[in-house]
Amino acid sequence: MLANLETAPRVDSAQALHTAQGAKPQVRPLTGSGNVTAEVEISKRSLWVSEMVRIRDHSDKTAFAALYGHFAPRVKGFLIKSGADASLAEECAQEVMATVWHKAHMFDPARASVATWIFTIARNRKIDALRKQRRPEPEDLPWGPEADPDQADVMALQQDVEILGRAMADLPAPQRDLINKAYFGDLTHSEIAAETGLPLGTIKSRIRLALDRLRHAMK
Amino acid sequence: MTHSIQHHLTDDILLGYSAGTLPEAFNILVAAHVSMCDSCRAKLESFDAIGGALLDSPEVEGVAMSVEGLEATLEKIASGVRAEKSKSQPQANPAFGASRTIPTPVMDYIGTDLSAVKWKPVGMGVKQAILSTSREATARLLYIPAGVAMPDHGHNGTELTMVLQGAFQDQDEYFGRGDVETADAHVSHTPVADIHEDCVCLAVTDAPLVFSGLIPRIMQRFVRI
Repeated sequence: MLANLETAPRVDSAQALHTAQGAKPQVRPLTGSGNVTAEVEISKRSLWVSEMVRIRDHSDKTAFAALYGHFAPRVKGFLIKSGADASLAEECAQEVMATVWHKAHMFDPARASVATWIFTIARNRKIDALRKQRRPEPEDLPWGPEADPDQADVMALQQDVEILGRAMADLPAPQRDLINKAYFGDLTHSEIAAETGLPLGTIKSRIRLALDRLRHAMK
Repeated sequence: MTHSIQHHLTDDILLGYSAGTLPEAFNILVAAHVSMCDSCRAKLESFDAIGGALLDSPEVEGVAMSVEGLEATLEKIASGVRAEKSKSQPQANPAFGASRTIPTPVMDYIGTDLSAVKWKPVGMGVKQAILSTSREATARLLYIPAGVAMPDHGHNGTELTMVLQGAFQDQDEYFGRGDVETADAHVSHTPVADIHEDCVCLAVTDAPLVFSGLIPRIMQRFVRI
């Protein structure tokens, strides 16, 4: 996915599809859930995709509990770093997880990882609950009437996610630290400058270096 | 898409939008541009992926949920509570190619279309309308008659200007529909609307503009540019 920093084949083709068909927007379903063996197989490296499928298709509370156990504390931590007190963060994290359940049918594993999808829900909750602002969203891409996301796309995305995770872990500490602050401290670059005492130029160039490294890793 | 977009959003701005740290006014412009620009949409999804990777990073320990947290969450699910209001993501406007329409994220702030905008004249035929957003930054629509120049101005902060209709020229550069001009505190510039058509822009600033002439400076106190 991060390869998209350079080019945008997936988005372009979807756009082309729309232009060609003028199709009415439609949410793409998750991977098929019929084949249990295949599902277990995928699950090992699927990074929560199979749990999402079970939540969507079977309202599976066990799968939800597993997802909750992993992500809810992380979302809560994110909200606290963004300035929420513990009880507001707890409440919001519960709401974010409830949204994950309700919107499970909208999750597209060929387009984003489960972690990324939950991150966007948590971020929107942060803006809404903590900053009390509206969040203007881009118009959604009008996806064509595809039966299932291509399994190869799903696998490719999962591979990208693993590569990205490793590339992030490999970042030099000062760069990783600033990326972390930029996302999870709810700080603008100037506020990071005030907090860390680093000059604004240094912050910008470290973040730029980190992004360059990530792009390079995704090539 | 008739005009191919030449001037894009910077990484700074896309990262800020993804992280959720930009003021509301900037979010409108980013959402509007991404609605029209596939390459920035792809970049934005990459920035979201970084956010996801951070959330999922092994280093993150998280903060323990309360003992009854899961039970409470399941109750919320049963009673239909969700973090987001049922408003779904705006869908692409089918009339988009028709070049008169403006992106949904901007439309949401002005009503039905440009004719619903309550313009206020600011001189030289230029009109503006300030959108209602949080106060940390200002978003306004500018209407610049064909061939007319915006008053010469610099900024204390960052100003982004996106073309919604028509086009403008600023020094050597040409900005068409969907293009974004990014100007920081060091830039003083004079956008001139293309002579073929009246130009409508969305301009967002995180600090008041600084006009060079005395008269615009006096006007500024009244028109909140």
